[in-house]
Amino acid sequence: MTLTYNHMVVRLDDEQTDRLFHAMADRTRRDILRRSMHDDFSVSSLADVYPMSFAAVQKHVAVLEAAGLVTKHRDGRKRLVRTNRETVQKALRALEDLEAMWRDRIDRFASAIEDPT
Amino acid sequence: MTVTNVTKDPIALTMSITAEFDVSVERAWELWNDPRQLERWWGPPTYPATFVEHELTVGGVVRYYMTGPEGDRHSGWWRVVSVEAPHSLEVIDGFGDDADAPMPDMPTTSMQVTLTETTAGGTIMVIESRFPSTEAMGQLVAMGMEEGMRLALGQIDDILRGDPTALTIG
Repeated sequence: MTLTYNHMVVRLDDEQTDRLFHAMADRTRRDILRRSMHDDFSVSSLADVYPMSFAAVQKHVAVLEAAGLVTKHRDGRKRLVRTNRETVQKALRALEDLEAMWRDRIDRFASAIEDPT
Repeated sequence: MTVTNVTKDPIALTMSITAEFDVSVERAWELWNDPRQLERWWGPPTYPATFVEHELTVGGVVRYYMTGPEGDRHSGWWRVVSVEAPHSLEVIDGFGDDADAPMPDMPTTSMQVTLTETTAGGTIMVIESRFPSTEAMGQLVAMGMEEGMRLALGQIDDILRGDPTALTIG
């Protein structure tokens, strides 16, 4: 996802990008990301939230972890899940580019609107 | 400041930008409805857009190309999903090939425009852009959508590198 002209690097980045977006393509996984953005959840407390087995939730968490979207850390006997904001920021970059493009467009829109000729 | 609000949701894959103008909704709509006026703001001065087809009816197609400083041509298209003049327009937005035909394998985004009167007689315009799927967004990013945008659209401001706590989630 980095802007680089080195093809090797681009390819590696593409692979990471695929993993990232595959991980985010699932509704449950997106929900886990949202919940774990502000609070830490244990896998078992997440499993209570969804109508699926502990193993299924554990699997979703594993996909998120492989994509770098969450990290797990230990708190006593619990394993807590936390959203990795840095990785979510990567997804934000495409949206930031859209924003920048639209800010430019809206500037031009504002100029054109004053002058109907 | 014309732009009054921007929200980006990296999990829902949407970007929404709100701007306020001191003119009527009817006047603001003309900038979408009249291809000659649309051309004046859609592309940057270095990549002016030319609209060759412009049919703002449900199912209608809008086609345009942008011409770069080297004479390079970048084409795009919209397919109109819904339109309610002068208040709303929703289109699917995609890339075109060298012959300006839609490229079927390329991901598309959706764009929703809403124009609302203010009590003072001005217009609030909201643009919401949505990636149809995380895969599509991944594909666009991976193919260098950013780079393409920078090259094609030039003059992009420094991008806000927001505080992560300012992320719009939900």
